[in-house]
Amino acid sequence: MIDLILDRVQGIPEWGLLTGLGLLALVAPFVAPSLATQLAFLWLMVVFAQTWDVLGGQLGYNSFGNVIFFGIGCYACAVVQRDSGLPYYEALALGLALAAALALVAALVFGAALLGIRGHYFAIATLGLGIAAGEIAAGWSYIGAGSGLAMPLYPGALGSRELFFYFVMFAIATGCFFTLRWLYGTRFGLAMNAIRDDEDKAEAMGLHTTAIKTIAWAISAVFLGLAGGVAANMLGFIDPRDVAFSGATFGVWMVLMAILGGKGTLWGPVIGAVIFHITKELFWTYLLGWQRVALGLLIVAIVLFFPQGIMGWVKARQQSRAVVTP
Amino acid sequence: MIDNLLLLLQNPSFALDVVLNGLLAGAIFALAAYGMSLVWGVLNIVNIVQGELVVLGGYLAFVAMGAGVPAYFALPLSAAVMFGVGYGLYYTVIFRVVDKDLFISILATFGLSIVIQQLMNTVFGSDVRSIDTGLGSFYMLDGAVTVAWIKLIACALALVSGAALWLFLRHARLGQAIRATAQNPRAAHILGIDTGRVYAITYGLNGALCGAAGSLAVMAWTIHPYIGLPYTVRSFMIVVVAGLGNVGGVVAAGLSLGALENVAGFVLGAEYQIAFVFALMVLILVWRNWRAARRRTYLS
Repeated sequence: MIDLILDRVQGIPEWGLLTGLGLLALVAPFVAPSLATQLAFLWLMVVFAQTWDVLGGQLGYNSFGNVIFFGIGCYACAVVQRDSGLPYYEALALGLALAAALALVAALVFGAALLGIRGHYFAIATLGLGIAAGEIAAGWSYIGAGSGLAMPLYPGALGSRELFFYFVMFAIATGCFFTLRWLYGTRFGLAMNAIRDDEDKAEAMGLHTTAIKTIAWAISAVFLGLAGGVAANMLGFIDPRDVAFSGATFGVWMVLMAILGGKGTLWGPVIGAVIFHITKELFWTYLLGWQRVALGLLIVAIVLFFPQGIMGWVKARQQSRAVVTP
Repeated sequence: MIDNLLLLLQNPSFALDVVLNGLLAGAIFALAAYGMSLVWGVLNIVNIVQGELVVLGGYLAFVAMGAGVPAYFALPLSAAVMFGVGYGLYYTVIFRVVDKDLFISILATFGLSIVIQQLMNTVFGSDVRSIDTGLGSFYMLDGAVTVAWIKLIACALALVSGAALWLFLRHARLGQAIRATAQNPRAAHILGIDTGRVYAITYGLNGALCGAAGSLAVMAWTIHPYIGLPYTVRSFMIVVVAGLGNVGGVVAAGLSLGALENVAGFVLGAEYQIAFVFALMVLILVWRNWRAARRRTYLS
C-alpha cells in the first residue's frame, strides 16, 4: 500500500508536484478564509524546519539557538514600524529589510565567533545564545522590556489582514525553499555535506570550513529574520520570552520538525513541518497542559527510534526494494 | 550600573558580603558540575538534562519536607530517590544513546530535559519554591556581612559530598571499575567489568549528586521549574574550564563562577544575572576556541 503510494508520487515529475502544491497554496486561503491564519503559521513552520536543517541536517551541526534570528527579526521590524513614522506598508517593507539585515549581521558575527567550535560545544553554546537574547530583551526598556511590544494595526479592510500576511509568509517560505533547493545543488552545497561527513578531511581538501558554515548559517538567518518580522505582525504582539525568543516552543519545534521529516534532505523538513503543524492543531487541545511534555517525549522517541525521519525511511525502503528486484 | 560598581568598590565589607554569598552558591554549582563531568567522562555524553535533575532533586526535598521529613533527612532521601531516577533514566533512554554519535545523545538528553521541565511545571506548578529551615543567619563586621547558616551548611555539605564521591571513585572497587570504564570501555569489558551496569550506576550517581545539589539549592536559595537550564549551562561551563576528571578544578571553577555571578548580578541588576551566565559561557567557549585556533586545533 505504502509502496504503491510512493511509486505514484515518484512517478510525478518534480515541476508537476511543485506547480500543483503552489496552486493549492494560492487557492487555499480563498476557499477556506477562516483557515488563512492557520495556514500562514504552517508556512512559518516550514521556514523554521527548513532553516534549521541547513545547519542541523546539511552541515551536521546541532543548533538550539536559531530562534535568536527569529527574535531579532521580530524586534527589528516592530521597532521600525513603531518609530519610523512612515505609512504602514512602507514601514513594514523597511522593517522587514532591517529584520533580514540585522539577522544576517548577527549570524555573521555569531558564526565567526562560534562556528570554529565543534561538537558538544557548539550545541551548548547555541543553547545559551537564544536564552541570553531573551533575557536581555526582557530587560531592555527601549524595546518594551518584559511587557513586550504591540504591533501597529493593519490599515486594510476587515479580513484582508489574514490574506495579506498569508501571502507574505507564503512568499518567504517558497523563497526559502527555492533558495535552499538551488543552494544544495551547487558546489557550496556539496562543500556543506563534505563538512558534515568529515570536517577534518574537508579542511585538508582546502575548504574554508568556518566561512562555509558561517555563510550557511547567515542564509538561514535571513529567512528566519524575515519570518520573524511577518510573524510579529500576524500575532500583533511580541513578548520577549514567549514569542520572540521562545526556546520552549518555536526553538524546540524547529528541531523536532526537521528530524521528523528527515534531516539532511530538501523535502524532509517541509513534510515534517506540515505533519507536525496539522497534528499539533488537531490534537493539541485534547492534551490540555500536557502538550509540552508530549513534545519532549516526541523528540526523545523520534531521536531514539526514528532518527532517519520520514524521508530517510522512504529512501531506505526504496533501496531495499531495488536490491530485491533487480 | 556604574553606581552599583562604585558602591561595591567603596564598601569593602558590602563587597565581601556579595562575594561570600556567591562563593557559597558556587559550591552547589560545583556539585552539579561534578556529576556532569562524571557522566561526560564515563559515558561520553554531555548531559543536557543535568539542570532538570537538579531542580527535580530540589522538588523532592521540598515535597519531603512538606510531608514532615526533617531537613537533615530530606537531603539523603532526595539523593537516594534521584539515584533511582538516574538509574531508571539510564535503562529507559540513555543506554540507547551511549554508543551513538553526539548528535543523537545531545538531542535525546535535550528532549528529556523538556519532558522533565514540563512535568515539574505541571505537577508542582510554576511558583518559585523555597524551604525555610529556620536556622537564621550570622553576622560579621558589625552586621555588614550577613550569611544565612543554611548557606554555609549547604556549601560544606556540597564539598563533603563531592569529597565522598572522589574517595569512592578512588578506592572502592566499583569506583575503580567506573574509572576503568572511563579509560577504555572495551578493555574494561574484556577484563570482566559489566560496563552496562557501570554506566547505569554512574548515571545514577550523577542523579544522586544532582539530588543533593537540588536539595541544598531549595533550602538555601529558591527553585522553579524553568531554572534547570541555567544549572546545565553552569555545570557545562565549569567542566569546560576545569577539564574532565579534575575535582579540584571543578571546585575552584564552581566557587569562582558563583562569586562572579553574584557580583555581576549585583552590578548589572538581578534581571540580567541569567543572561550573564549564558553570555559568560559563550565567551568562555569563544576564548577557548580562539586559543585552540592559534595552535591549529579546534574545540571538540
